[in-house]
Amino acid sequence: MRFSGLRVLKEGLTGNKGWGPHWRDPAPKPAYDIVIIGGGGHGLATAFYLAKEHGLRNVAVLEKGYLGGGNVGRNTTIVRANYYLPGNSEFYSHSLKLWEGLEQELNYNVMHSQRGVLNLFHSDGQRDAFVRRGNAMINQGDDAELLDREGVRKHLPYLDFDQARFPIYGGLLHWRGGTARHDAVAWGYARGASERGVDLIQNCEVTGIDIENGHVTGVQTSRGAIRARKVAIVTAGRSGQVAAMAGIRLPIESHILQAFVTEGLKPVIDNVVSFGMGHFYISQSDKGGLVFGGDLDFYPSYAQRGNLPTQEHVMEAAMTLMPMIGKARVLRSWGGIMDMTPDGSPIIDRSDIGGLYLDCGWCYGGFKAVPGSGFALAHLLATDRPHDSAAKLRLNRFRDGVGLMDEEGTGAQHNLH
Amino acid sequence: MRLTCPNCGARDLREFTYQGAALNRPEGDWGESWDAYVHLRDNPAGPSQEYWYHGLGCAAFLRVERDTRTHDILLVALASGGAA
Repeated sequence: MRFSGLRVLKEGLTGNKGWGPHWRDPAPKPAYDIVIIGGGGHGLATAFYLAKEHGLRNVAVLEKGYLGGGNVGRNTTIVRANYYLPGNSEFYSHSLKLWEGLEQELNYNVMHSQRGVLNLFHSDGQRDAFVRRGNAMINQGDDAELLDREGVRKHLPYLDFDQARFPIYGGLLHWRGGTARHDAVAWGYARGASERGVDLIQNCEVTGIDIENGHVTGVQTSRGAIRARKVAIVTAGRSGQVAAMAGIRLPIESHILQAFVTEGLKPVIDNVVSFGMGHFYISQSDKGGLVFGGDLDFYPSYAQRGNLPTQEHVMEAAMTLMPMIGKARVLRSWGGIMDMTPDGSPIIDRSDIGGLYLDCGWCYGGFKAVPGSGFALAHLLATDRPHDSAAKLRLNRFRDGVGLMDEEGTGAQHNLH
Repeated sequence: MRLTCPNCGARDLREFTYQGAALNRPEGDWGESWDAYVHLRDNPAGPSQEYWYHGLGCAAFLRVERDTRTHDILLVALASGGAA
């Protein structure tokens, strides 16, 4: 089933009776070449690129709940490539290029909107750092534009430019950044993978990982044993529990990150705006809701809800930056489980167990990485060589102290990112 | 989430800072045990052994047992004496 303007028109005139399910709902087979644990954005994208780029179709994605029901179904949907450090820089640059062709590639409207991401700065020192970052982005082949105070005012006249603590000096504008419809990304990849023969198996919880002589042989699940030559753990905040089934301890702590949505308003915020000094960022969804968030609660949690001090902090930052939003009413908030690494950067790598692969440590930035992560993990699974864009996302960089990607410069230590 | 400090009683979360998993500091030079201590985590979904710092209270370092699924505080004690 392909989407097109003509098809939408025809279905609209005939009662929308011609739409079918977007993916098959198969029972698990006894064995696959590759099993992917986790049916979120990254797992589904991996399956899609395995089938499309490498012709590997004897693949299963095992999902404990329903497809796209985790962080890809609840996030603040920001897509950007404004990283500074080698390793992250080329990875997110590649991911953004995949985003730019994603709707055509998937024949699926993921509502990718390159509305620009604007990071504000509030001091001379911070300006210098942003000039440096912008130059790094341009050297990577991406876009960056330095705005002075009046340049920011042209785009965002509603900010409080003269607040005493953090007066606005300017901003770094990344036009190719923006937002996307998070669920549609998961659904589009799921449909594309299923069409190409990948089995997407829902309500199938992995309960054990079978290892013989240091090599993975399959998984135990709530729907029976499944043999596999290769297994990839793509379970984000739950990576610690799944890796423990293989006897692996990861350099990851799972922390809570909260986000908030207001009632729908008329269009008022055109771009994605981030206010790093106040730990606050915001965009407006196409439905009109203001979607915003802040920093971690800064303690490990699987509760999927945060505490009030962080909520208060985020609301205070919002009012500090843009007092106009004070009258908007918050409709809902939620907390997601973030797989935080010591340096705040991700891992796509082999494990020490043969045939067992890891894709984790996405911290609070996994959504924009979905295409790049799926592409790179599929490449690693298919060829046993890391993809060029992800060659530095190594598991052992913490142990060896080489190639750490600490964007915030706070030190590669837990609880600092 | 509130923590009951042994010195100060039940206090707001804002007074405390999470200081990381309560692990035993290894002996000797850098090696696998140090890598495990600094980087690797059990990351439990359930009761978790942690250090917290009562920075806006009595400035004591606390050893806390906390359920990461519910935020229930199961035990708070002074950390002095090191990891038990």
